[in-house]
Amino acid sequence: MKIIAVCGMGIGTSVLLKMNAEKVLAKLDIDADVEAADMGVARGAAQTADIVLTSQELAEELGDVPAEVIVINNFFDLEEITEKLTAAVE
Amino acid sequence: MAFNLAESLSSIVTQANAADWRAAIRLAGDGLVSGGATTDAYTDEMIAAVEKHGPYIVIAPGIALAHSRPSPAVLTGGLSWVGLATPVEFGNKANDPVNLVIGLAAVDHDAHLTVMRALAGVLSDSSAMERLTAATSPDDVRAVLGGLAAVA
Repeated sequence: MKIIAVCGMGIGTSVLLKMNAEKVLAKLDIDADVEAADMGVARGAAQTADIVLTSQELAEELGDVPAEVIVINNFFDLEEITEKLTAAVE
Repeated sequence: MAFNLAESLSSIVTQANAADWRAAIRLAGDGLVSGGATTDAYTDEMIAAVEKHGPYIVIAPGIALAHSRPSPAVLTGGLSWVGLATPVEFGNKANDPVNLVIGLAAVDHDAHLTVMRALAGVLSDSSAMERLTAATSPDDVRAVLGGLAAVA
C-alpha cells in the first residue's frame, strides 16, 4: 500500500504526519510505504497512491485525486490517525 | 540519553505577546534569526506560506509549526520556541487558538529528521505538553525538555 503525507512545503507537517502514521501502521500490522510530499509533488504522487493523509485546508487545495483523501485534525493524536486509517483500509 | 530538543532550539521565549498570527510567526522568525539559523527573508517566507496554503500549520490543538521550504534564507536551519501569553487565532477551525508557535527552518529535506523525530515525540506527549505550555520562563522549557531526554 502506498500512502502520502502531504503538507505545503514537504519538510515540516508532512514529516511529522509521516512519522506518526508509520507508528500507527506498525501497530496495526499494515504493510505500507509512507512518503512525505509537498503540494506540487503530491498532485502527481496522489495519482498512484492508495491513501493521502493531510489537513483540512490542504485537502481542499489538493482537489480531486484518485487516492482516498483522509483529513487529520490533530497530527499528534495517534487515536485519530488509527481510527481514520483503519476505516480507510477496511 | 536521548536527543535533547532544547539543544536544537535557536531561541526560547515564553509569555510573548502577539497581536495576530502574522506577529506570532514573526516572533518565531526573529528567534531563528537571533540564533543565526535564518535571515529575515525566511520569516516573510513562513508568513507567505500561510497566506498561500491557509492555516494548516496549526497541526494540533494550540500548536502552530511555522515553516517554509529550504531556501537561500536558511543559513544553518534550526528551531525556535515561542510561548504566547495570550492565545492567538490562526483561522484553523479544529485547532485554534494557538498558544505555542514553533519556528522550523531546514537546509534540505533530510538534515533535520533527528530533530523532527524528537519534536514529534515531545508534541505527542500530552503530560509534557501541559508542562511546556504552562512554562513561564525559557529555563522552565529547557528543564522539561532536558528531563524528557534524560528518561527517554
